[in-house]
Amino acid sequence: MALPRHASTLERIWHYTYLVICALIFLFLIAPILIVIPLSFNAEPYFTFTDKMLRLDPAGYSLRWYDLLMTFGMGKPDAVRDAAWWADFWANSAWLRAAKNSLIIGFFSTILATALGTLAALGLSRPEMPFRRAIMAVLISPMIVPIIITATGLFFFYSWTGLANTYTGIVLAHATLGIPFVIITVTATLVGFDHSLTRAAASLGATPQTTFFKITMPLILPGVISGALFAFVTSFDEVVVVLFVAAYDQQTIPRQMWNGIREQISPAILAVATILVVISTLLLTTIELLRRRSERLRGLSPG
Amino acid sequence: MAAQPAPGGLTTVDGRPLKQALAEAQARAKRRAFVLVLPLLAFILVSFVLPIGQLLKRSVYNPAFSENMPALVQWFRENPRGSAPDESAYAALASDLKLIRKNKTAGIVGTRVNYELPGTRSLFTKSARKARKLEPPYREALLKVDRKWGDPLLWQVMRSASSAYTTSFYLAALDRKRNADGEIVRVEKERQVYIKLFKRTLLLSALITVTTLLLGFPVAHLLATLPLRYSNMLMIFVLLPFWTSLLVRTTSWIVLLQSQGVVNDLLVATGILDADHRIQMIYNQTGTIVAMTHILLPFMILPLYSVMRPIDPSYVRAARSLGASSWTAFRRIYLPQTIPGIGAGALLVFILAVGYYITPALVGGSTGQLISNLIAFHMQKSLNWSLAAALAALLLGGVLILYWLYDRLVGIDNLKLG
Repeated sequence: MALPRHASTLERIWHYTYLVICALIFLFLIAPILIVIPLSFNAEPYFTFTDKMLRLDPAGYSLRWYDLLMTFGMGKPDAVRDAAWWADFWANSAWLRAAKNSLIIGFFSTILATALGTLAALGLSRPEMPFRRAIMAVLISPMIVPIIITATGLFFFYSWTGLANTYTGIVLAHATLGIPFVIITVTATLVGFDHSLTRAAASLGATPQTTFFKITMPLILPGVISGALFAFVTSFDEVVVVLFVAAYDQQTIPRQMWNGIREQISPAILAVATILVVISTLLLTTIELLRRRSERLRGLSPG
Repeated sequence: MAAQPAPGGLTTVDGRPLKQALAEAQARAKRRAFVLVLPLLAFILVSFVLPIGQLLKRSVYNPAFSENMPALVQWFRENPRGSAPDESAYAALASDLKLIRKNKTAGIVGTRVNYELPGTRSLFTKSARKARKLEPPYREALLKVDRKWGDPLLWQVMRSASSAYTTSFYLAALDRKRNADGEIVRVEKERQVYIKLFKRTLLLSALITVTTLLLGFPVAHLLATLPLRYSNMLMIFVLLPFWTSLLVRTTSWIVLLQSQGVVNDLLVATGILDADHRIQMIYNQTGTIVAMTHILLPFMILPLYSVMRPIDPSYVRAARSLGASSWTAFRRIYLPQTIPGIGAGALLVFILAVGYYITPALVGGSTGQLISNLIAFHMQKSLNWSLAAALAALLLGGVLILYWLYDRLVGIDNLKLG
């Protein structure tokens, strides 16, 4: 939005003020996320920039918090770093165990949410779907209902069915929370879907299965993958349900962070945060590339 | 030569009436669509709707008293409300005390009554311990154990607890209770917490909605008016926070705002603040507002952006060419066209803010807690699960009304993510 030549002085001043305001808001959005990265390399146990850090003195920076992250929970953290140390690390490191749990739970809940969600989105995007609006409202509701209510309900339900303190219980709960995202992204992809393609395939003799895997699937795949990534992130970032229904040894990364923030907040939390920021940047890039590919496939944008 | 239409109207090749054949085909297509949705619908009903249903049941159903005190339940059933406890009532009480002593359920029963009349849990455990020695006349014997057994309020509470289905948890969640005559009255001033907290939750959510709108509007406008290749780049500033873990963002705000944190250090270094007068910006309401505004801002910007992007700039240009000042053109021409986006964003942010738990729990201190935090408190600390369920049901009711409104005004189909 370039300023026209005939703009008055007042308009010019306002225009630049407006740009400055926008820049400040962008700073507000992004600064809190970027600030943790340099601070996680702090050599001191503080949450602020020390003089040495500001002078860019290498002595002000260290990897000690990342090291603490690895060794936390280990039997002999100070031993020589040989094979035995790494075995100890693999078996006992608290954060590594949390990461393993997060990945396992995230993986299975994503598979479940994506499979069920994609199937349902295919049905929901058909014009002849009965009670479309009401069913859609029910399926999206896990995203809208406050997480504390869902967690409380699940707590009662799981202690009744015996799913409390099981991986199955957490996976089912996380799949439920991820499903709305899958539905939203996949139905969005299906909006521009040309149904004459499937009819063409059918008229050429393809079975419904062949049509689905050869025609429909490749076209909606970008949407399905972004839905899956959303579902994974939802699970990977979820803490309240885990707090309510998981056993102590089923700690996930957010759960471990929660403990860290509530009890003794140390820059080690910032090291975790930095790693998570890197992961979310990668995810965002993937989503963005997928979105562009999807738009290109459906001919929505020239790029 | 054209085929003669059959006497009953148009038919298909195999002779069935066309209307019927069409209806069958449509029903088949409907069934096929529904079958695709069915697995997920069943899954959500079991894994989500059923647990919520259980929560709602828990808010009105508490059998702790009725299951363990059969004789007294019987007495309450035979004697209408208002009848004074006579010797037969005390006899029933004594026999039940012996029973809960035998079944070791005195704690459960006492806790149930204690929810409504604090300080009575020990009365039950103590009396159950001495139950075996109780001899008729029971009234005198029980009053000797503890004078509280003569309290009409206690009898009123026991009467209300003698039915497993009760509204008393909803009354408690609304700062109400029943007095000795069974009338609904407000609880004492110093015990009124829930309505205050509901009000605070609504107020803070409204405030956060307004701040996200104030911050989100200019940014969305800028993104919508820039050429796509720039706006896609700037969009990263909005989407990266959206994709970053909630806990990371909350941690960042703790780091930034705490009294030895970056913002305070910056203010001290630039001489704005005196080193001894660092501002307390975290672990209070300010912390909750700032962190939640940051976390919910993308939910405001994205709907605004998707409404603003297709607005044709020639309308504003036309207004300007007809002599409107830039402010008038904005107010009369541009702003009305963005109303759907403002509505969608504001409703979404408000819905999400009302039920927020994690951020207030971590940065809210004592003044920044919302209703969700109280539900968690009753679930994890005070273990009054029925009260937690009643509070959750009230919150759920509010959120569902807003959700219905959102569906009516915006449509859930228009929910977009990035």
